[in-house]
Amino acid sequence: MRLVLALLLLFLTACSGQFPQSVFAPRSDFSTELAGLFTNIFWWAVAVFVFVEMLLLIAIARFRARPGAAHPKPVHGHTALEIGWTLAPALILVFIAVPTMRAIFATSGHAPEGALRVEVIGHQWWWEYRYPTLNISAYNELHLPVRTAIQVDMTSADVIHSFWVPRLGGKRDLIQGRTNRIAFRADSTGEYWGQCAEFCGASHANMRLRVFVESDSAFQRWVDQQRAAPATPAKGSPAEAGERVFRRSACIGCHTIAGVAQGKVGPDLSHVGGRATIAGALFPNTTETLHRWILNAPSLKPGASMPPQNVSPQDLDALVAYLQSLK
Amino acid sequence: MKRWLTTTDHKRIGLLYFWTAFGFFLIGGLEALIIRAQLVRPDGGLGVSAETFNQLFTMHGTTMVFLALMPLSAAFFNFIIPLQIGARDVAFPRLNAFSYWVFLLGGLFLNASFIAGPLFGADRLSVAPDAGWFGYANLTSRQFSPGPNVDFWLLGLQILGIASLAAGFNFVVTILNMRAPGMRMLRLPVFTWMTLVTQFLVITAFPVITVALVLLMFDRFFGTHFFLPSGGGDPILWQHLFWMFGHPEVYILILPAMGIVSEVLPTFSKKPLFGYTVVVYSGVVIAFLGWSVWSHHMFSTGLGPIADSVFAGTTMLIAIPTGVKIFNWIATLWGGQIRFTTSLLFAVGFIAMFIIGGLSGVTHASAPSDLQQTDTYYVVAHIHYVLFGGTILGLFAGIYYWWPKMTGRLLSESLGKVHFWLTLIGMNLAFFPMHFSGLLGMPRRIYTYSADLGVARFNQLSTVGAFLIGIATLIFFWNLLRTRWRPANAPANPWDGATLEWAIPSPPPVYNFTVIPTVTSRLPLWQTERHPPMTPLPDRPPAPIHVPGGSWWPMITAFGLPIIAIGALAHLIPIVLAGAGVVIVGIYRWAYEPFEM
Amino acid sequence: MTHGSTHAHEAHRTSMGVDSRKMAFWAFIGSECLLFGSLIATYLVYKGRSLVGPYPHEILNIPFTSFSTFDLLMSSLAMVLALAAVQRGDMKRGKLWLLITALLGLVFLGGQFWEFSHFVHEGLGLTTNLFGSTFYVLTGTHGAHVTVGVIWLLTLWIQALRGKLGPGNALTVEITGLYWHFVDVVWIVIFTVVYLIQ
Repeated sequence: MRLVLALLLLFLTACSGQFPQSVFAPRSDFSTELAGLFTNIFWWAVAVFVFVEMLLLIAIARFRARPGAAHPKPVHGHTALEIGWTLAPALILVFIAVPTMRAIFATSGHAPEGALRVEVIGHQWWWEYRYPTLNISAYNELHLPVRTAIQVDMTSADVIHSFWVPRLGGKRDLIQGRTNRIAFRADSTGEYWGQCAEFCGASHANMRLRVFVESDSAFQRWVDQQRAAPATPAKGSPAEAGERVFRRSACIGCHTIAGVAQGKVGPDLSHVGGRATIAGALFPNTTETLHRWILNAPSLKPGASMPPQNVSPQDLDALVAYLQSLK
Repeated sequence: MKRWLTTTDHKRIGLLYFWTAFGFFLIGGLEALIIRAQLVRPDGGLGVSAETFNQLFTMHGTTMVFLALMPLSAAFFNFIIPLQIGARDVAFPRLNAFSYWVFLLGGLFLNASFIAGPLFGADRLSVAPDAGWFGYANLTSRQFSPGPNVDFWLLGLQILGIASLAAGFNFVVTILNMRAPGMRMLRLPVFTWMTLVTQFLVITAFPVITVALVLLMFDRFFGTHFFLPSGGGDPILWQHLFWMFGHPEVYILILPAMGIVSEVLPTFSKKPLFGYTVVVYSGVVIAFLGWSVWSHHMFSTGLGPIADSVFAGTTMLIAIPTGVKIFNWIATLWGGQIRFTTSLLFAVGFIAMFIIGGLSGVTHASAPSDLQQTDTYYVVAHIHYVLFGGTILGLFAGIYYWWPKMTGRLLSESLGKVHFWLTLIGMNLAFFPMHFSGLLGMPRRIYTYSADLGVARFNQLSTVGAFLIGIATLIFFWNLLRTRWRPANAPANPWDGATLEWAIPSPPPVYNFTVIPTVTSRLPLWQTERHPPMTPLPDRPPAPIHVPGGSWWPMITAFGLPIIAIGALAHLIPIVLAGAGVVIVGIYRWAYEPFEM
Repeated sequence: MTHGSTHAHEAHRTSMGVDSRKMAFWAFIGSECLLFGSLIATYLVYKGRSLVGPYPHEILNIPFTSFSTFDLLMSSLAMVLALAAVQRGDMKRGKLWLLITALLGLVFLGGQFWEFSHFVHEGLGLTTNLFGSTFYVLTGTHGAHVTVGVIWLLTLWIQALRGKLGPGNALTVEITGLYWHFVDVVWIVIFTVVYLIQ
């Protein structure tokens, strides 16, 4: 069975594209370290497994009772054997413990001087990211420059969550009143998936996230976009009608759009049109999903605090057009 | 009926424990099947709501740990321990009855939450505990869990804690103090030894979770901030207290099964246990180390590199005594005359599966490696290899082994073998793919997952496996039931066992031993190099044997506890006081009841 | 059922030579150590982490509590004398010392009641801050143990008044004493941790 496992492992490593949250396709120094450590322990485990299960199988195959056989010799123990099978596992554990200790200190969350600092704040059930040095924020989708040291400081606004993007690193809990850290350097551009790993209530399963690792120039473009004021809809466009709907609806109580509303309960929507996903990276950001989300968010994401909205079809179309215009 | 309600006979209490725990095992299994059915498809599954799913996995964990595995072990402690040490009963028969009734009522209280919704103006299936069996703060606070769900959980667990503690004191004293003449500590059967170690863990670990639950109760009922950052409290304190209990609890669950396997293997290979003293002492060492590893459940909380290193180190150390046990078991089989009874198959299955659970355990003893594993299905796979592949297979081995002693009837070996193979195939199909689901990025405790993760196929396998286990369990249930209307067919010693329980008839008479035997060897019924087998006991007692009568007071006292809990749940002080009154009156009547011991 | 002589003989034979009730009680005390240990650990973890006052040094009255502590120590002494009296069959003194032990326990509880109400008056409620929560839960749990002890002692005293307690029940008194001394020792630890080391 372990042989099958080993083959599968190779197979999985080879085609990581199909497995966006696989730990076998590391793309950062942090996750590579962890994958290496796991592989190391895994082969020790395979060796022990094969050896011990073989012994067990040989024992039950060789010593089945045969009619008329003499009573077995009553062996009570063997001191040398006992010492042997105490020392052998201890020795193997040394080979596991040493790299473990090394990896613990290598991944203890200290980024080098000049690393880009990102603050992650967990909410039931979405993510808020702040870039204190760049003076911008992002929601659910984290953008990072490639081959740059990143230091992530984490905390929670409510219950415990856990930030986990398997291909970029191990998970770390977000705890109200504490700040936890990880540090890593992504080694290739791409879209990486993650999700909350600590049970955090009704929609724990729906608290997902994306990380976009971009080239320096693409990252800079994104930063500039976030820094800019939200787009003002053209006169007479559907989006302009949508802005009026937004201003007079309940949206403003919970959401911020710079210059339009300052709600603090839900994510900031100033640049929502530029995101790939909505609702905690749960759905692609399309006209259809936005419609459904606005009409009845709790039916799509149990426990979501955004109540179902009673808007006419025309107003809904306008509102969605407005949100999509906020690139 | 009255004889069962008032019984203080350890054998009857053992059977009550067995059937009650088995009932809860079926309920917990049903919860697991609904969980697995929901996960068979990604993106919404079969339509089980998030709220329902969270209640199901919380109650599955809570039920299996506190209402199925611990009390199934307790069924054997009750029935077998006094027989193995040559005693007429446990040290405190009425306290023993009390433990059982408290366990039953605590279990019913917890499960009543499934149907209690309407009493709280909510739907059915909406007020059962839903914060996980580990109940991490601050999700359990009134702010984030306003309903009675968590109240059911914390009150129910406090009730069950009382049952476990009472049984713990009882069995520590029984094993230390009620041994037959000549039954020295190092002649105790290994099952009795592991029970003793387990009970020491119970009486030291349960006070810790009791404190945690009391503090949580104060937070929820009286507005303190023990675990709430808003008032300066720290949710991590809960994790420390919970796992200081929780890790010893893992050994509370596994050590009795290890004890059972250490009885079954020698009997069916006709060889004494290899390295008896080493097996005993390694059990003691495991228990001691079990107290020093709790934070390995918390590597992702950011303990810092020093603490991570220490707890990774202590956790790895546990692999050594565990490995020693496994080697000794294999050495016991080696050179024997192995009879492949169902009991032996389960015992061998235990070893084979427990190795897998142990090895995956090493991969998350390594703290950094665990950062990719904790809170994923990989850990779900690990605990099920340990608690199903380990504890449950071990318990099944024990049931097939001791059922004839407990009921006087042998279980069907052919049904037993079907049960074994279906269970073994089912569990590997259910739990092995979970390693992959986890490493491919599927977290635990999610009611739905994205089809894009690529784990749907693994989940389908797991679901098929779970239903195979379900079928196997029904076959087992039938095997148990059919013995009820069959004539007694079990001889006193159907397996040629070596320990004292096999020296008396199956089922044993109410006084157990006609004459308390004097023990001269570790294997009293076997011919060894130095000792002839024990002379058979007389068929009739030489003088009439007094057996204590029954008592109502253990049960009545036990009833006071759920009354207190119901009062607390409903925030009605008079009901709490009434329950406390029942307990106080019960204790006084109990204390001054004429009861010959 | 007849009381066979076989049984009577067996019942008093224990493997360790200790009465089972006493052994169970020692196990119980071991378990209680973990209970109080967890509570004390919680107190220590949260020491100095209250967000608002009153803080311990502003409110704890060490001279008063020293008196309570002395009172409890004296009750342990009375308990020792009670047990000695019962063991030698001097039930007159036994009764007296049992009553004195219980009364000293009541004095301690009265002191705790006064202390709690004084603290509440000073603005330290159960939910005021972490100090209040940890303090009341820890000392309150101890107070509940003392209360159980007082009820137990008074029960024995009433039994003794009714002539139902004699040297034959010395073990019951001994176990009561074990409990009482344990509760006393726990108080010494709490007094040291909460009051003396601030």
